[in-house]
Amino acid sequence: MTESFMPLWEVFIRARNGLDHKHVGSLHAADAEMAMQAARDVYTRREEGNSIWVVQSKDIVASDPDKAAENFDPAADKVYRHPSFYDIPDEVGHM
Amino acid sequence: MGANNALVRSLIALGDDHLILGHRLSQWCGHAPMLEEDLSLSNMALDLIGQATNIYSHAGQLEGKGRDEDALAYLRKEQQYYNLLMVERPNFDFAHTMLRQFYFAVFMELYWAEIQNLGEETLRGIAGKAVKEMSYHVRHAGEWIIRLGDGTEESAARMKKAVTALHLYTDELFTVNGTLQLCIDGNTLPDPSKLREPWNAIVEQVFKQAFLQIPEIPFPQEGGREGRHTEDFGHLLCELQYMQRAYPNQKW
Repeated sequence: MTESFMPLWEVFIRARNGLDHKHVGSLHAADAEMAMQAARDVYTRREEGNSIWVVQSKDIVASDPDKAAENFDPAADKVYRHPSFYDIPDEVGHM
Repeated sequence: MGANNALVRSLIALGDDHLILGHRLSQWCGHAPMLEEDLSLSNMALDLIGQATNIYSHAGQLEGKGRDEDALAYLRKEQQYYNLLMVERPNFDFAHTMLRQFYFAVFMELYWAEIQNLGEETLRGIAGKAVKEMSYHVRHAGEWIIRLGDGTEESAARMKKAVTALHLYTDELFTVNGTLQLCIDGNTLPDPSKLREPWNAIVEQVFKQAFLQIPEIPFPQEGGREGRHTEDFGHLLCELQYMQRAYPNQKW
């Protein structure tokens, strides 16, 4: 089974209405319809969700691990970006 | 034969179709051409065996002789099974397996839809669940048939071979024997002969996309409904019944 016949797909499942689709894994399939069926058969056997997205892995643009330092480290010392410097009135309750 | 006995016998035949086809699919477990399909085949096997359990259990209650679903599944002899010959045909290859699944599932989806319009409550309940499962089997097997028929030289040749080998067993889907006629007259079960046209239309639609043709069948093969089986069936039963025969009344 060559990669060109059966490319890799990433599978996203939404557990309940109102929640986000979450990445659950990947699989091999010939095309979108077969990927959808395989996703249903592999990842929703135990009532894991009510909606499926599949996308070809090659269509996902991923950040380069070698650039992790320049991408993410600069945010490390900018704690003021969290909204933790405000006094929240009691009446607002849990946010 | 009384109306109740006729219904029990016809329900057992229907349960046998599901048990035997479910068993055939279960033989793929761990052997499928790819991991994704291994799970699909096992899922479909479990759908069918679940349906068989429900049908047998209902038949056993109607019969009232204390036979439960396990007794019906495991403690009969070869000639006391009334399944279609098609469902006991060996898996051969993936093309055969998908085609057999497609032929049966297209029929059952139509059949369960008919049952929802008649039959008593238990049967309508079984049908309501089963019809959804069968829709998926039709879709899954149908999409594979299209891709194999319109695939490589090898896959197209295998698909054609499967049609030649299996189509001669499809007539039995629509056959009405005396027992079933009593159920049809009593309005307890649908008349399968009326489903031939819609079945043909659905099969033709998929075949067209798969570059396959429905062959002429001069000598259709039948006999399963009367307990006359192919040689492969005995071997299947040996495997299916082994645990209950070797360790009677064994429970999980």
